[in-house]
Amino acid sequence: MGRLTPYFMGAAAFLASGLAFAGEGAVADQWKWLTFAVFGGIIALTMYITWRASKRVHSTSEFYAAGRSVSGFQNGWAIAGDYLSAASFLGIAGLISLYGYDGFMYSVGFLVAYITVLLVIAEPCRNIGKYTLGDILAFRNDPKKTKTIAAISTITVSIFYLTAQMVGGGVLIKTLIGIDYEVSVIGVGVLMLAYVVFGGMVATTWVQIVKAILLVVASLVMVALVWAPYGFSLPGILDHVIHDDGIQKQVAKLLGTSAANMTPEELGQRFLEPGLFLKNPIDQISLGMALVLGTAGLPHILMRFFTVPNAQEARKSVVWAMVIIGGFYVLTLFLGLGAALNVGPANIIALDKGGNMAAPILAQYLGGGADSMMGNFFLAFVAAVAFATIVAVVAGLVLASASAMAHDIYVGVIRGNHATPNEQVTAARVASVIVGIVAIVIGIAAKGQNVAHLVGMAFAVAASGNLPAVLLTLYWKRCNTWGIMLGMLVGSFSAIALVMMSPNLTYPKAVIKDATAVLDGTPAKEAVPAKASEGFVCELFAVCQNAEAAKPAAEAKPGAVEKLATLNQKIATLTDPAELDKAKADAGKLEKDIKKAQDDLKKFEGQTTNLVGLEKPFFRLKNPGIISIPLGFLMVILGSLLFRDKRAEAMWDELYVRQNTGIQAEGAVAH
Amino acid sequence: MASPQPDWAAIDRDPRFQALHKKKTSFLWGLMVFSIVYYFLLPVGAAYFQDLFKIKVWGALNVGLLFALSEFIVAWVVAAIYAKRANREFDAMAAEIALDAHKIGGSK
Repeated sequence: MGRLTPYFMGAAAFLASGLAFAGEGAVADQWKWLTFAVFGGIIALTMYITWRASKRVHSTSEFYAAGRSVSGFQNGWAIAGDYLSAASFLGIAGLISLYGYDGFMYSVGFLVAYITVLLVIAEPCRNIGKYTLGDILAFRNDPKKTKTIAAISTITVSIFYLTAQMVGGGVLIKTLIGIDYEVSVIGVGVLMLAYVVFGGMVATTWVQIVKAILLVVASLVMVALVWAPYGFSLPGILDHVIHDDGIQKQVAKLLGTSAANMTPEELGQRFLEPGLFLKNPIDQISLGMALVLGTAGLPHILMRFFTVPNAQEARKSVVWAMVIIGGFYVLTLFLGLGAALNVGPANIIALDKGGNMAAPILAQYLGGGADSMMGNFFLAFVAAVAFATIVAVVAGLVLASASAMAHDIYVGVIRGNHATPNEQVTAARVASVIVGIVAIVIGIAAKGQNVAHLVGMAFAVAASGNLPAVLLTLYWKRCNTWGIMLGMLVGSFSAIALVMMSPNLTYPKAVIKDATAVLDGTPAKEAVPAKASEGFVCELFAVCQNAEAAKPAAEAKPGAVEKLATLNQKIATLTDPAELDKAKADAGKLEKDIKKAQDDLKKFEGQTTNLVGLEKPFFRLKNPGIISIPLGFLMVILGSLLFRDKRAEAMWDELYVRQNTGIQAEGAVAH
Repeated sequence: MASPQPDWAAIDRDPRFQALHKKKTSFLWGLMVFSIVYYFLLPVGAAYFQDLFKIKVWGALNVGLLFALSEFIVAWVVAAIYAKRANREFDAMAAEIALDAHKIGGSK
């Protein structure tokens, strides 16, 4: 294995940096070389890490858990590297740049989640577990049954999370530097496989550490540049935010008719108040539950606690992770506000509707703009960090799935724990390759699909299926095999089923209606009075009337087709070159809108129901946690009370003593 | 590997383990409940107490932003309180029990 590594690394680096980079991106063609140099540098660094690590990975404990020799401080950085995915790095900065306060509020739950991990999960799991979620659950329950269901859950959660990363990453790289979607998905897949297969957890850990450091350094530099002009004063920068013309226009656009009576300053201040993005409080609370309880049930996060030598180091690693992750989210507040101030919400939306390009474009601006070398170097650096982020997160997910397949299913269930150390390491590597190839295939197959709900679904399944099972087996004596089976099945399936019926999915009728409105405009509408809710159930399911705010009367709006015709007439009469350019740019935008609406109409022509056969969402929330999490807990309790399992009760004393004292915990490998 | 198993039930009954269990249980779940309640005050406040969140405190800085920032501080403080107590107290208690594990109740 070791001798082959350098060749493989060379091939992977070539694939990721050398192949087809035709097409458009935020980087102009003349600066592409710079982007590839930065990408090449970071990839080479991670490959060097993998090569070093490959010499150290011989046993299963080294492959899955880095020999349990990672220090708490290092593991804290690695957890941050595993957790700060592209969604939180680019997504939250983007949300803040477009919606202000709500974007920042969104980030809080991701940090608070670690309180659960720190207080009740990390140390007990480290004390009784070995490598996987299955090991924790199998401690006092039927090993074959619980390992099977834990492995299925691990693979399901990881595949959801991974697909979102792969698709998001592919789109991101294409938008930034114009590499074809398929090429970047394969690039991410091949690189990640190189880390995992040759370097196991050792390489994955170090790649995550390096990536987290790069991410934090890049953010610190950007925040310093953003904040310095305002003398590092918080009211100073906020004062400029509320008086910024672009931000005021964005708020006016978001508020629509209700902004008519507001002064510009009120509009600016509104950017710092809640309610521009997150509109449904029940949905908010539901999301909060999934975040706070889901993080502690994510298999790739749980797995990180087995890489440290003991429970004390596990504790230390969570504390460090909280410092890094929390600090990073505070930085994103300034990145988001900085992007809104310097680039402007309108320009950010023009590049990406979700705002994901806010941080990279801010980097370009801070370096000196699109025509400067420094600007493009900054952009390239942030893009490369985003790329490294995706690769590192995916590597962690693949390792978690591979450990579930090889350690839980193959070694634990099929071989009944009778496999030689060599067989186990081979099984782990084979499983990694299988999962990696599946990830690449899914990534390519999901091109252009709506994957926004998948990360939420991963958190929801982890919170509704995994967390109740882990928590109750650790802290409730009566909890047993049957409770865990029932709870994990019902919790996970209800979370998935609710998301499949939720507004997250694409509904053909709504798409057709929107596209028609873009093309032909909307007729004048009379005011609609507010509707009262008919009860709490109606807020969750579309079986009766939910609360709806009053809608003011709206005037008829012309469609894009009509607007384009008017604009073209105007262009024929214009003589001033500046005005002509602006009108032509507007016409270009309208043509783009028309093209998109026509494509949508063609794609969904004649369809009334979506892929699960619904015309409109049956479940009204985007986040299922508020139902599926209590259901998951309830089913664990019910299953445990209905069926007896003598072994689970007999083993309670041992489990409880060991999780609290660390007696007989898996130790570090001596080097 | 073949070392004799400690008597787990006896350790569980040992007063020192019971003391550790009692201290940890009330401390951990108390912190846990406090943290969760404090966290959910944010979405609840943002939805139902908007007038409060809009009050300006320092320039454009309002109560809502300050409260969101306080969530970070509170999370860090909770982590620090737990880590300090665990490092100072729980670890020593656990180590003492672990050291005596084979003596308590006699090995099986």
